[in-house]
Amino acid sequence: MVPITTFHYLVVAAALFVLGVIGVLTRRNVVIVLMSIELILNAVNLNLVAFSRMWGNLNGQVFSIFITVDAAAEAAAGLGILIAFFRNKETINVDEIDLLKW
Amino acid sequence: MNPVLNSALNTTINPGMAPVATPFFFYLLAGLAIAGGVLVITRRNSVHSALALIGTLLSVAGLYLMLYAPFVAAAQIIVYAGGIMVLFLFVIMLVNIERVSKERRFNRIWPAGVSAACGLMALFVFAFVKGKALFPDRLMTLRESSNTQEIATMLYGERGKMGQYSFGQYTFTFEIASLLLLVAILGAVIMTKKKM
Repeated sequence: MVPITTFHYLVVAAALFVLGVIGVLTRRNVVIVLMSIELILNAVNLNLVAFSRMWGNLNGQVFSIFITVDAAAEAAAGLGILIAFFRNKETINVDEIDLLKW
Repeated sequence: MNPVLNSALNTTINPGMAPVATPFFFYLLAGLAIAGGVLVITRRNSVHSALALIGTLLSVAGLYLMLYAPFVAAAQIIVYAGGIMVLFLFVIMLVNIERVSKERRFNRIWPAGVSAACGLMALFVFAFVKGKALFPDRLMTLRESSNTQEIATMLYGERGKMGQYSFGQYTFTFEIASLLLLVAILGAVIMTKKKM
């Protein structure tokens, strides 16, 4: 069997990233759009950790921890906005979020 | 030559004994992660999407373990699967209305979205093919070892560098991250409050 190289991890991360982009661009449910963003951030983390392992250097792992913190902050703020929006318009559909459009 | 690059090249020329089941577990975890990702973006019910996302996050945590990153794997499970996904499930419970699950899942311009994502994939493939020159195969090979001392070094760096990094070299970044979390907490509380 072929040994697993950094390239294999990069391919998995690229696939997860593209799936996340498809979710952000095509779904109408805001909750699922936010989940797709989490997928994208995870793909980036996987890349960072794989490169960190390749170089034998822990800087990439520390950076991925900071990205996890960032994802938590983003989820909290995004879901707060979502609840405030739901209270005003009774919908969580991306197509109907057009308060700033005229 | 860069000393890090040099040592990486030297160690990959003489790799130790490789664990036997590594490729099997890699393909299993990668397959689970990608299958979960597909389910996240295709399920009609957002609770099913959230459960599929938990599966993806746990598989990615397994991949981190295979990459000798136990701290990142633990943080992934505790923060993502334990914290963020519970937040998501609570919000789904608060806003999930029957109407949403009966509506169309994808918006009207989904062909444009999918083709844009395919363009991005093509860009990645192009970058990987071109990047072969930048990262030669012997560098891309991940070092494996059966020596306990070496495994400990790969896991924790020399002399437990992980803690040294987060409280030494990256102290300022660490403080900024805690400030960011504080702002996010305040923002979430203030935005979800009914009356100011």
